Amino acid sequence: MSTWLRNSRGASLSLAAFGLLVAGVALAVFWVPNDADQGFSQRIFYLHVPVALTSYACFGWAAWKALRLLQTRDQRYDLESYTAVHMGVIFGALTLATGSIWAKISWGRWWVWSERQLVLFLILFLFYSAYFMLRYSTEPGPRRANMSAVYALFGVALIPVSFLAIRLAESFIHPVVFNRHGPQMAGSMFLTFCVCLAGTLALAAALYQNELTGKRLDARLRALREALA
Amino acid sequence: MTAAEKYVLAAYLVVLGAVLLYVVLYSFKLARLEREVAELTALAERRNAQLREPELRQKEPVI
Repeated sequence: MSTWLRNSRGASLSLAAFGLLVAGVALAVFWVPNDADQGFSQRIFYLHVPVALTSYACFGWAAWKALRLLQTRDQRYDLESYTAVHMGVIFGALTLATGSIWAKISWGRWWVWSERQLVLFLILFLFYSAYFMLRYSTEPGPRRANMSAVYALFGVALIPVSFLAIRLAESFIHPVVFNRHGPQMAGSMFLTFCVCLAGTLALAAALYQNELTGKRLDARLRALREALA
Repeated sequence: MTAAEKYVLAAYLVVLGAVLLYVVLYSFKLARLEREVAELTALAERRNAQLREPELRQKEPVI
């Protein structure tokens, strides 16, 4: 069993994600107390914030792989960076969807254009969505890999701007839970948040691993077809 | 069920739905890859048979 887990990283990550997410949802629904201000609806926090942080992590991972590509010129990093952007965009779309639902309950509106945090996250999401247009407008090869890597590296600069936006804003309605004094929530809430975050990160890692394996297999089959043609 | 509970449930279902959609799309991709592997295997077998054909002709008895 342990050998099987060691040899199948995707499967072990999927199992970890399943276990952590089931535990996280159970804790969020049955264990944590209702928030004094927002009541039951605050439970979206255990989904929305981990998903948003996971999308930042995916974009950060994509930038790291892009940097490795530019340093080493090893083309395998191109596929890894591309897959990480792919995952980041999926989690980014989920962040926007869950955030809109939360906004509707809390603020009575699906979207607030005057809120910097929301608009900056949307810009980040659109920036990385445009990555695919850039990538597929160029012929495959080192030139495309380098262009994609530079783009992914530029995008990562938007992450701290997006993350710090609510802290720098003078007037905001988006809640700030983590500040310089630590997490502003009860211990049970913080534990539930950590389990949900670990589950979401494990889910992203499992999807990344499976997607990367699929993309590598696709590339190898294409090469084999060309060799046999 | 209160309105807040409905919205919370909707948010969790959106994420679950996205993961399930990803699994469905990935299963289509796997099916395509399986089909391509089958095509390439058939191509390789045909190529192998073509390469062996002269060898087999040489071994045929001369009448």
